[in-house]
Amino acid sequence: MEKTVISLMVENNAGVLARVAMLFGRRGFNIDSLTVSATDNPDISRITITTTGDEQIINQIVLQTGKLVEVRAIRVEDPLESIQRELLLLKLRTSENDLNDIAAICSIYEAKIVDLSERSLIIELTGKSGKIDAFLAVLKKYELIEQCRTGVTTIERGETAFAYEQRESHRS
Amino acid sequence: MKMTGAEAIVEVLIEQGVKDIFGYPGGATLHIHDALCKRQGEIKHYLPADERGAVHAADGYARATGKVGVCLATSGPGATNLVTGIATAFLDSIPLVAITANVGTSLIGKDSFQEVYISGIASPIAKHTYAVRDITRLAHTLRTAFQIANSGRKGPVLVDIPKDITAGILDFEPAGPVCADAPNVPDDALIEKIAGMIQKSKRPVLCFGGGVVSSGASEEIKMFIEKTGIPACHTIMATGVVAFGDELDLGMTGMHGSVAANSAVAEADLLIAAGTRLSDRVAQGRKTFAPEAPIIQFDIDPSEIGKSLESGGSLIGDLRSTLQALMPLVDKQPRAEWMEQICRWKEKDYFPECGNGSIRPHEIMEIIGELAGGESIITTDVGQHQIWAAQYCKTTRPRGFMTSGGLGTMGFGYGAAVGAQVAFPNAPVIHITGDGSLHMNMCEAATAVSYNLPVITVIMDNEVLGMVRQLQWAYHDECYMATEPYRKTNYEMVGKGFGAETYRADTADAFRDAFSKALKNEGPSWIVCHIDKKEKVLPMMPAGKGVEDIILTQEEGGL
Ligand SMILES: Cc1ncc(C[n+]2csc(CCOP(=O)(O)OP(=O)(O)O)c2C)c(N)n1
Ligand SMILES: [Mg+2]
Repeated sequence: MEKTVISLMVENNAGVLARVAMLFGRRGFNIDSLTVSATDNPDISRITITTTGDEQIINQIVLQTGKLVEVRAIRVEDPLESIQRELLLLKLRTSENDLNDIAAICSIYEAKIVDLSERSLIIELTGKSGKIDAFLAVLKKYELIEQCRTGVTTIERGETAFAYEQRESHRS
Repeated sequence: MKMTGAEAIVEVLIEQGVKDIFGYPGGATLHIHDALCKRQGEIKHYLPADERGAVHAADGYARATGKVGVCLATSGPGATNLVTGIATAFLDSIPLVAITANVGTSLIGKDSFQEVYISGIASPIAKHTYAVRDITRLAHTLRTAFQIANSGRKGPVLVDIPKDITAGILDFEPAGPVCADAPNVPDDALIEKIAGMIQKSKRPVLCFGGGVVSSGASEEIKMFIEKTGIPACHTIMATGVVAFGDELDLGMTGMHGSVAANSAVAEADLLIAAGTRLSDRVAQGRKTFAPEAPIIQFDIDPSEIGKSLESGGSLIGDLRSTLQALMPLVDKQPRAEWMEQICRWKEKDYFPECGNGSIRPHEIMEIIGELAGGESIITTDVGQHQIWAAQYCKTTRPRGFMTSGGLGTMGFGYGAAVGAQVAFPNAPVIHITGDGSLHMNMCEAATAVSYNLPVITVIMDNEVLGMVRQLQWAYHDECYMATEPYRKTNYEMVGKGFGAETYRADTADAFRDAFSKALKNEGPSWIVCHIDKKEKVLPMMPAGKGVEDIILTQEEGGL
């Protein structure tokens, strides 16, 4: 099933992430990835969730999550109208012979080798989730030590900002 | 104005119009109880036997009055004892503010004595929870709790307050009662579209639920039914809410609904769901629930639209205003064939006969209806007795029947009755219970005695956990594991031991006599009625089955 990216503006209160996660847990909604970050407003955090579900489920996710008292705004991101990025950090076991090949693959994907030791290296790549998947597939033949992906973060194209309700925070 | 946090809590309660609060003390509530002690003339504190009694009483108070119910518990076990009651209120959308005192801020997070993270525990079963950490936010937080509880789709809000914050000093600014947020108003075009669907329908059915009570729409729903001539059924949450024309009243729908209601729903070409979330006890799926009809939903909560069943249209907003807006656009359409069909279904319904020497459940409810009068309030526990009460009670006004519909909480009824009686000291309050449920909440008899509350507890003693036993009868080859406890409880002695008047009534005449006496008592009464354990709640639509499979017989020894 298609992945859907949902953005939320939430009050930056203790426990707010737990509340959102608990709602997904209790209603059986999927979380494929989740990122939380600060915004330009110290009272507001931004959560980006990648999920899977048909139209009815996505609709329920938006309506149920939108009901949480500390959620100020929620929207489904249109993949064509938004920039969606993920960061990948990858640690591979390498021998001297592999180095040139790996560097070549990295340059095609515009990935960076950010650390190199005698028998291992670390690669950094940002891009759409699909690009990261493809990059990982190409590097499959090398021995993977460890990998870490941040999950999707996204911003809408054009000059508008993600508007959220302006009101007093429920901080207690 | 400088005052302590505890004084500010009491100040906010008074300012929000709270007259009665149900609380249980502990080390962490000491400052709050001390502050309450000084304001006893303005706010009355009721001590239940158990915090569960406190939260169910606050819930019953809210159901009876429409105001926000308030309960108070201490940290740790006091707080966890509220959990079932908060969930009960949440699933029935009852406005409640539950205040818990916690250990001091410096002890929080250290597994201190009687410390639990109650705002986390209660978070998925409450509309919202607060853990106060900043004394300057205390009054505002408490006020907002009232606002959230009472706005939109109502529900319980928990406010957890550490002990040091109740002792600390703050600068209090007086305020008035908070106003509920204004609900959404559906636009005219949408209302016209829905009205058009209703006008055009040939076989419409209205199904209304608890939303009618919470929005105060009972007059409007009655007018709507009478103006359109659309036959109507209700969920258990709207039991006895309105009296309307007999031919249009299909009774309760769902698992234990009438044959007429379930048949009409099954054959409808339009189903209007007003203030009901169409839970699985009402609608077991689109195959059996109005399979040919679009379902149009009137709900204040947009997330209910299409949640369980596909929606064919909706009006989001306060039900009362929705019906008022709709009313001028609808009228009576000729539907003679449909009404004839409904009459035929009604003839096929289940009509219990009177007992031969013994008393049967419907007779108990009929006698109560006859003697208790229009102002009476019925509360129930959970089990067969609950459904019998809903099926046969004769109340015809909103807030006259209260039951744990969504959570199905055994033990709800006594606390709820105490709360209702506190709210309406002069109304007959009747607590219908079963032997199983009474064992969960009989301690609240002590509360009724302490405050001289004339709650009448009617114990339908079938000596079994009847509702579960009925499921074993229907689905598990009559293997009655764990539902026939062989208890030897002597209810008359136990009731007397608590200080209640007790009666045994095993025939209709004896019950009539006992109930008349109980109505005159100044304190609580218990009436014990022996019911045959083979009595079933009928009709019964088995899970996942349709109208053809409705069970109308209660013979044991193989269905
Ligand atoms: C707290 C709780 N525990 C268990 C149940 C499951 N349950 C539903 S009805 C019922 C039997 C109730 O027995 P009783 O109060 O005697 O009522 P009866 O059905 O016999 O009228 C049980 C155990 C429940 N609803 N609530
Ligand atoms: Mg029983």
